[in-house]
Amino acid sequence: MKIAFTATAPDWSALIDPRFGRAAYLMVYDEETDTLKTIDNNDIRQAEHGAGVAMAQKLFETGAQVLITGNGPGDSAMKALNKMSLQIVTGMYDISLQKAYQHYLEQNK
Amino acid sequence: MFEIVIISGKGGTGKTTVAASIAVLEKDNSVIADCDVDAANMHLLLKPDRSKKEKYFSGKTAVIHANNCTACGKCAEVCEFDAVLVKDGIYSIDPFFCEGCGYCARVCPDNAIEMLDADSGYLFESVTRIGSPMAHARLHPAADNSGKLVAEVKNRAKRMAAESAKEYIIVDGAPGIGCPVISSLAGASYVILVTEPSTAALHDLKRLVALLQKFKLKAGCLINKAELHPEMVQQIIQYLEKEKIDLLGILPFDQAFPDAIAAAKAVVETNEHMKKLMASIWENTKSKLKAV
Amino acid sequence: MDKNRTYRIAVASGKGGTGKTLVATNLADMWSVDRELLLVDLDVEEPNDALFLSVVPEPAQTQFKMIPEWNSDRCTLCDICTEVCNFNAIARMGEYIIVFEELCHSCYACSGLCPTDALPMKPRRMGELQIAKREQFYFIEGRLDIGQEQAVPMIRKVIQTVDKRQDIPDLQLFDCPPGTSCPVVNAVHTADLVILVTEPTAFGLNDLQLAVETMRSMNKEMGVVINRDGIGDDAVQRWCDASGIEVIATIPYDSQLAYAYAKGKLSWKTNSRLREALEEIIAYVSEKMKTHV
Repeated sequence: MKIAFTATAPDWSALIDPRFGRAAYLMVYDEETDTLKTIDNNDIRQAEHGAGVAMAQKLFETGAQVLITGNGPGDSAMKALNKMSLQIVTGMYDISLQKAYQHYLEQNK
Repeated sequence: MFEIVIISGKGGTGKTTVAASIAVLEKDNSVIADCDVDAANMHLLLKPDRSKKEKYFSGKTAVIHANNCTACGKCAEVCEFDAVLVKDGIYSIDPFFCEGCGYCARVCPDNAIEMLDADSGYLFESVTRIGSPMAHARLHPAADNSGKLVAEVKNRAKRMAAESAKEYIIVDGAPGIGCPVISSLAGASYVILVTEPSTAALHDLKRLVALLQKFKLKAGCLINKAELHPEMVQQIIQYLEKEKIDLLGILPFDQAFPDAIAAAKAVVETNEHMKKLMASIWENTKSKLKAV
Repeated sequence: MDKNRTYRIAVASGKGGTGKTLVATNLADMWSVDRELLLVDLDVEEPNDALFLSVVPEPAQTQFKMIPEWNSDRCTLCDICTEVCNFNAIARMGEYIIVFEELCHSCYACSGLCPTDALPMKPRRMGELQIAKREQFYFIEGRLDIGQEQAVPMIRKVIQTVDKRQDIPDLQLFDCPPGTSCPVVNAVHTADLVILVTEPTAFGLNDLQLAVETMRSMNKEMGVVINRDGIGDDAVQRWCDASGIEVIATIPYDSQLAYAYAKGKLSWKTNSRLREALEEIIAYVSEKMKTHV
């Protein structure tokens, strides 16, 4: 399974970015191959409007089934994300990707 | 690091006065971010030095290169915003009305239209007269505040707070309930709602509370200008209880506020009584903030 | 209606909360005793004028903006639409094209450039327009639905309605949204005269300066009304004098005005100092109208 994170920096020890559309990085962990892929979100962050929508499309293209983030996507982004089967875990504030992932595993045993 | 975001919905309720007062009370341990870019006033009270200035570009705007233009009129035909001007057969774009959609550039058969990054204003990093760092911005006329600009201001404030090891970021948030205010709230540790007892302000308060609940943010409310409409103050208090929003304090409708603005000071610097009131509101906020 | 005879006054302010609505509503109500006029509430996100007026509205007219609607049968998923949209208002999620109404600026680019006509433009509700009349007083308000974020399309619709209707007085007062951004630019665009309402504080002066800069870049004729005179200093007056901008009237600060306003009441009948200030505004505007071609 692929797990996506909104991240402030491109590694496991970085904090979860509370924002969705304007997150610094989108990180995708592939449990099967045990690899963490970095997607720099600089282009979308620069969008004046509709960053959430653009991010939703990008997230769709990664094929992730879980999103771990902070505030959670806004209304527009949710409308797009409803087209994919995605589990969204919100409320991960001031916590590293690593810890957020462990937390997710514990909750979903 | 705690991010305290101060918002009000309606203008004129005293949001900037409250933000500036907290910034003064916590001056050795805070960074200020003025995200109310449409009516930025914080700089009048805190006199930032604008030591670092960058141009800010946002969105696109069309420009017609006259030497390539054959005056075919296709651009004017497709423009929904009446932004294509024709004078003596010469075509040009009115930047005030161009929305930057780029339709004209795509249909121009002569490649005479270029979409340029719109020069929208400036971003500043400063040191204020009270010694604390501040991030702020200034827009050109007709340019709009946006989620992007708010994020740019906040990112600078966050970096400055990390560099100078400050505990608090005081955010003077954007007005309204649209994209800029949502961007102001992203990452907030605690939200202070500044309201006044008037029909219009209460209406806006309710829309903001709905937004805060959606993002599950912790918030408290401060009722300013209480004497304006005492019965409505009670109504607001009941509303806050129902919605589980902390009541942080009540401020009077007092000449001390305009006097402080006239003196270009925060009210906590000019009036002892207001200083006590604001200090207790701020202590209250800190205890709620850390009570998680 | 003879277009040449209409005279449009925009009441604007750099920042919110300076008394723009107080001036616009009281001025319109008082002046309508002497002559026919129209008040237009263009603060479409927060239209508050009607709270102060006792007028009987005609049935509300629903207002629409044009939004592309995806036709899946015609679509070849070529991605031209998602690429041309500069507002991120269209996304492709696999085999679905999703249009985001609140982000769409109704520019028609995706619709017009779609090679298979798979995105025809369809009307979508954005709000309401209300027209009301009481003797010589005409009132029009635009009101965006909650959740609609773009004020400009609604403001343009309201102004188009005013332009089109034949039965509307030629003296027209536009109560504009606050600020100096796109909504204001659109609201004052067709005005013959702009009245900027400010307050005598450092905040008021700062925002007035920004508003004046905006109006000057649009070549608008303007005058200033200072509200709550007495709460601050004379910096606004001095700046106006030095900049060659006429201060048309000053409204002295009076807590009774603030209380009445908070309760949604007009004050010109009971407050003589407000009435005097409004008379000065009327005299000033009447003079301007005489020389208006």
